[in-house]
Amino acid sequence: MTRHVIAAVGEIKPGEKKLVTLKGREIGVFNVNGEFFALANRCPHAGGPMCEGVITSLVAPGQVGEYKLTRKDEFLRCPWHGWEFEIRTGQSWCDPKDLKIRQFKVAVEPGQDLVKGPYVAETFQVAVEQNYVVIDL
Amino acid sequence: MPGRDESLLMKARPGAIDCDIHPAVPNTKVLLPYLPEYWRDQLVNRFIDRSPFVLQSYPPNSPIACRPDWRPAQGLPGTDFDALRKQALDAFGTKLAICNVLHGSIALFNEDMAAVLCSAVNDWIAKELLDRDPRLRASILLPIQSPDHCVKEIERLAPDKRFVSVLTLVMGETLLGNRRYWPIYKAAEKHGLPVCVHAGSTFRTAPTYSGWPSYVLEDYVSNGTGFENVLVSFVAEGVFQQFPKLKIVCAESGITWLPTLLWRLNKEWRGVRAEVPWVDRPPADIIRDHVRFTLQPLDVPKNDPDKLLRTLEHIGSDEVFLFSTDYPHWHFDGDDVLPDGLTEVSLQKLLSDNALATYPRLGEGGNIGQSREHAGRA
Amino acid sequence: MNAPVLDKTLQQRLSIVDCDIHPDQKSADSLSPYLPQRWREHAKMFGLHNRQGLIGQLGFPRMMANGRRADSYPPGGGPSGSDLGFMQKQHLNPNGVEVGMLVALGRNGMEEQNQDFAAALSHAVNDWQIEEWVKPEPRLRAGVVVPQEDAATAVAEIERCAPNPGFRQIIVSPRTAEPLGRRKYWPIFEAAEKSGLPIGLHPAGASGGFPSTGSGWPTYYLQEHYSFETGMQAVLASLVFEGVFEKFPKLKICFIESGFTWVPAVCWRMDKHWERMRKEVPHLKRPPSEYVREHFWFATQPIEEPEHPHHLMDMINWIGWDRIVFSTDYPHWDFDDPRYTFKINLNEKQRAMIFRENAKALYQLQ
Repeated sequence: MTRHVIAAVGEIKPGEKKLVTLKGREIGVFNVNGEFFALANRCPHAGGPMCEGVITSLVAPGQVGEYKLTRKDEFLRCPWHGWEFEIRTGQSWCDPKDLKIRQFKVAVEPGQDLVKGPYVAETFQVAVEQNYVVIDL
Repeated sequence: MPGRDESLLMKARPGAIDCDIHPAVPNTKVLLPYLPEYWRDQLVNRFIDRSPFVLQSYPPNSPIACRPDWRPAQGLPGTDFDALRKQALDAFGTKLAICNVLHGSIALFNEDMAAVLCSAVNDWIAKELLDRDPRLRASILLPIQSPDHCVKEIERLAPDKRFVSVLTLVMGETLLGNRRYWPIYKAAEKHGLPVCVHAGSTFRTAPTYSGWPSYVLEDYVSNGTGFENVLVSFVAEGVFQQFPKLKIVCAESGITWLPTLLWRLNKEWRGVRAEVPWVDRPPADIIRDHVRFTLQPLDVPKNDPDKLLRTLEHIGSDEVFLFSTDYPHWHFDGDDVLPDGLTEVSLQKLLSDNALATYPRLGEGGNIGQSREHAGRA
Repeated sequence: MNAPVLDKTLQQRLSIVDCDIHPDQKSADSLSPYLPQRWREHAKMFGLHNRQGLIGQLGFPRMMANGRRADSYPPGGGPSGSDLGFMQKQHLNPNGVEVGMLVALGRNGMEEQNQDFAAALSHAVNDWQIEEWVKPEPRLRAGVVVPQEDAATAVAEIERCAPNPGFRQIIVSPRTAEPLGRRKYWPIFEAAEKSGLPIGLHPAGASGGFPSTGSGWPTYYLQEHYSFETGMQAVLASLVFEGVFEKFPKLKICFIESGFTWVPAVCWRMDKHWERMRKEVPHLKRPPSEYVREHFWFATQPIEEPEHPHHLMDMINWIGWDRIVFSTDYPHWDFDDPRYTFKINLNEKQRAMIFRENAKALYQLQ
């Protein structure tokens, strides 16, 4: 496992994302209400560029004729067939039993501990006290 | 039949429940005694009582309307009661049979006329069919033109437990899942009455999105698409969320179109779910839970059990089909009504268990010879 | 976790014939170079007159990005599918498109009620396809768009375009004013048969004309999109029952954008009921399914997804491996990627047939 640095924490704001390629794998990193999650950029349904899709809220199931949005910006809609995935878990909403996007473990590391990588070095050097986002791959 | 497995002949399997037979009202004059005075007057003076109210979907002399050896010596198919008992019931050893009387009053435009005629037909059914043979049950014919009238009719007849379902055609003015029909489903659900959606159309609109087919045959084949769109309508409109105990019986529908429906609708829903957020589980599961299909006409190639078994595999259930002869429509010869290839377990479900699970009132039913009292009418 | 079955050979050397690609016009002026002055003015002043309640938008709005892949809008601007360079970059190159069959929708004369304008638009869109798509990109082939309700004009347009090898099929909307098998359309079939080009059936996309179902209009897009399949089934039945193939024994029809697993069921239904009712259609000399077997091809998209993927095999076995042609529907939202479309293992031969050989034979591609 290699630790890769993605971005400074402040770079990806809540409700935003960043797409990166690590070891040939395309990965999207998302800020969901201050927490970070990373997902493979490949929809398990039919291979679409999942992470390029819209970050959205959940249209909650309810009574007929009721339309309600909940869990703001916690979901991702694949840009091809529109399937909905919960960013936190990669869980597909429609068929919770069935599909899940590949997840990658994400942690927030305090700035002082990190020592390598050109991107990290620059960021790290620019703002020592900042937290930054890393990925294990 | 030479070479036919004896155990598949119906005489080897008495006690089936036939979920779709078609006795018919012999002529309109027999309905007059059941009509209020004003309507009797209207029908007689306007010569309406001289018209037979036969649906466009079933030209009476055509092969689909009647098997040659089931055709009465005179009169419309299904109008000879004694013949019906012999041919539809005795010949198959049937324990119970559900009468779906497809009377053409449902194609009229005047809501009130349609409603009184449907009531008259339903009363005629009770007296002339249900009272005369304890094996018979029936669907309440719905004057679908007016959901309000339908609800009144359901409430009026619900106390007679020999009415086990309600009946309408698969194609009509509006897709059946539409909210305007919901009062009907509320009443049907309340009384444990499945909604029998039957092949045929009142032709309020063209059967296809490119207009009017030339042939009866073409119309008949298009029933399959009618059923597909109606089930999509029930699912999309959330009818089963709103009425969780409601059951639908697709009658004379065939089943081979069903796998594509389940697959395509599931896929559609996964991408389009946000439009209809009340649909909270895969449509294929919803349909397997709420919808049933009568056996005849079985639209797999004859003597090809492999295709039938694969179709059932695709559907993912052997609990969705209900035995039927569709008497007197012509879909098979002799008593060769059962398909090859089914296991004993599946056959038992087909012949009886699935029907008992679908129609809660089948287990009840009236006493022999009990005559339902006519409710007062305007 | 369900990862799609990766077609590994395809991954290595993807080479496909895509039977459904939609080029789009950059703007309302795109066809101007190909339209006479009189029609340029008409287009500006009156615009399209088709059978729906709204101008320029759909009565059943699509779910995402106006019904397109959200990632298919060219970075340089313009509607999705309007930029050849971006189409090459995003689709033709990475997806190994050896030949792409164009189905030009939009401002094109299909389902246009003004018959003279329809004639002008078809003429223009056919020229536009050749000039701006086929000439600069040799992998693409055009489809002759014809105004389906005006048989004489349609025939003239077929005769004008068919000699150009850049056209490999004739595009007709299945959402006609009468069922397509009826005699008013027979001159089109005659011209098609004579030209040797198949007819590709693909709806224009507007929800107009007769209601989408035999019980009227649906409420939701979910239903409307579903009904594209039932509409096509009825068209197939019409073509068969009207005896089109008795009259035009060399005619070929390709159904585009309706999936295909519904085909065995409708064939069985037609055969079964025809056996009973054949006196009504004495002009049919053979069981309906035989006509289907000989005259129809089916493009895969949007491919149905059985709950158990291997059930798809049954359907293809029943239809015939030589009758299925792969299509993506690029750049629409329900695009099928050639790598992930089939969640079953196809052998070398099956893959070659579906992804290339069947289409090459059908469209006579070299």
